[in-house]
Amino acid sequence: MRLERRDHRPLYLILLAPVLAVVAALAIAGILIALAGAPVLEAYWRILASAFGTRLAATETLTRATPLMLTGLAAAVAFRARLWNIGAEGQFYLGAITVAALGSSALSALPAPLLVPVLFAGGAVAGMLLLLLPLWLRLRFSVDEVVTSLLLNFVAVLFVSMLIDGVLKDPLAFGWPQSLPVADHAQLPKLIARSRLHIGLAVAVAVALGIYFLQSRTVFGLQSRAAGLNPDGAVFAGVPLARTLVKVACISGGLAGLAGAIEVMGVKGYVTTDLSPGYGYSGIIVAMLANLHPIGVIAAALFTATMFVGADGMSRALGIPTYIADVTVALSLLTMLVALFFTQYRLRR
Amino acid sequence: MTALFDIIASAGLWAAVLRIATPLIFGTLGAVLSERSGVLNLGIEGIMTFGAMIGWLAVFNGADLWTGLLVAALAGGLFGLLHALLTVTLGLSQHVTGLGITLFASSLSYFIFRLVVPLASTPPTIVPFQPIAIPGLSDLPFFGPALLTQTPPTYLAIVIAAILAYVLFRTPLGLAVRMAGENPHAAEAQGLNPVRLRYGAIVVGSALMGMGGAFLTLSAFNSFFPTMVQGRGWICIALVVFASWRPGRALLGALLFAFFDAFQLRLQTVLGDLVPYQIFLMIPYILSILALAVMARRARVPQALMQPYRRGER
Repeated sequence: MRLERRDHRPLYLILLAPVLAVVAALAIAGILIALAGAPVLEAYWRILASAFGTRLAATETLTRATPLMLTGLAAAVAFRARLWNIGAEGQFYLGAITVAALGSSALSALPAPLLVPVLFAGGAVAGMLLLLLPLWLRLRFSVDEVVTSLLLNFVAVLFVSMLIDGVLKDPLAFGWPQSLPVADHAQLPKLIARSRLHIGLAVAVAVALGIYFLQSRTVFGLQSRAAGLNPDGAVFAGVPLARTLVKVACISGGLAGLAGAIEVMGVKGYVTTDLSPGYGYSGIIVAMLANLHPIGVIAAALFTATMFVGADGMSRALGIPTYIADVTVALSLLTMLVALFFTQYRLRR
Repeated sequence: MTALFDIIASAGLWAAVLRIATPLIFGTLGAVLSERSGVLNLGIEGIMTFGAMIGWLAVFNGADLWTGLLVAALAGGLFGLLHALLTVTLGLSQHVTGLGITLFASSLSYFIFRLVVPLASTPPTIVPFQPIAIPGLSDLPFFGPALLTQTPPTYLAIVIAAILAYVLFRTPLGLAVRMAGENPHAAEAQGLNPVRLRYGAIVVGSALMGMGGAFLTLSAFNSFFPTMVQGRGWICIALVVFASWRPGRALLGALLFAFFDAFQLRLQTVLGDLVPYQIFLMIPYILSILALAVMARRARVPQALMQPYRRGER
């Protein structure tokens, strides 16, 4: 048996790949659930019911999907240009803390229509700056950005922890390390009353559409794709590689920072060091499941949020550790890689 | 100033340096071996977490400590096999598969741990490896208590560094592994099998990573908790560059790094009132980034690192 490259990648296979990947991941996770001694089908049913069964559950799932869309887009944009931004988690926190700092300062005297965009921009710029450092190290010292962007996650979380234990600490929080709250009028309006779902979801979807337009209709989109497909060839063809990568990094880091900003302004109103249950890392999986396609990110983020929200309810009902959600989502990244491989190759005897 | 001097002159500091360095030595050696054969393994953080969990679990269920270490090595090897399957056989992006394995292995560790050990206020513990004094030598003043009263895995890590250095640079097998990482096509022309060499290097390297993780639960601490690896795997990836892909320098780099880590821990007790403790905790990560920036340009990367190898395809 050997592998043979396909002459062309059939469209139906490309569309089928994520579905097959998710089914395979669910099947393997099913084995784990069975080994844990729980009924597999009921477990899946409980996940679905806990994620969408009630109005509260459904809005909660959409609320969780919002930051995942933005961090997923951050990873998708970067990976497409082969900029390995693994630092979305740190960029998320830096965006969040910047919003807490600006939104609780004298700046908060601005009226909401001015303040909200200023805070969005502040969060995005903070995320951008945190990714520009690893990119600079790559361009200047040829340091692989995987490790540097990742190590900066730890630095960023510690930095946030220092601020919310120090200058930005809320004196009214009974000694808990949490940041000053952002002004009330900077908090994002709800999409649905009496739920946590806020207009950040609409922002995330709009951003996905915007990125899609940028990638498919502009010179920049072409250049960033070329930079990823073949950097040497791209330079030969006249693509300004460094400048393209800087733009990509600004968008990618900016989106991760924006995700942090929106999470603070939409959900909590202040920052703690457990603001993100790994949104930055899950964004990598979301991007891969979407095959780095911005519209696909919307669907992949919904799947991931469904697993995370649904697993909580399933865990309570059946006594399976809720980490099964993380296992399934991580597995789907691996199965997606294999599925994508078989859109390019076929097995021949 | 005298406070700083007292810290450096204390035997406790140097004993801690070796202890902190041990998981880094295991992990870095594993990554060196893998990358020398041409394959980057970013799964290390997850493999270390899994090794820490499964080694602890084995001992918790009655296995002896050495069996625990062996179980961790086997588990690491299995994840290595998965990584090899995806990167060598299928030729997938080594960056993304490695990240996938890290995410999968760490979440699987948490899942299995929670399944076996329900949430409790005090985590269950095991009796970890006890320090062994080397007869005769450990009676030496200063050096004795500082360097020669470690737990067995620490001595093992140093021995493995020596073996790996010897095998990589003094044996035909080592030459073959390095050829697979420099120019697999030339290796193939020499009658070697780059695919098999890469498989071997990844599996053995990942087994070392698993042992590095197990050191945390079987020697350094006596229980497992989810965030305990805390980026040590990523620091190992940085140390590989710092070490220019050489086992001897990997050992040195891990020790140097551990020195700063042990030093900052003690510095906290002196300066803790003046400087927020988070600054000290940032130091290891910032040092790793600095080490990369200083060494990356000078380092000679294995030429075929991250390039998939397929017979007859360029």
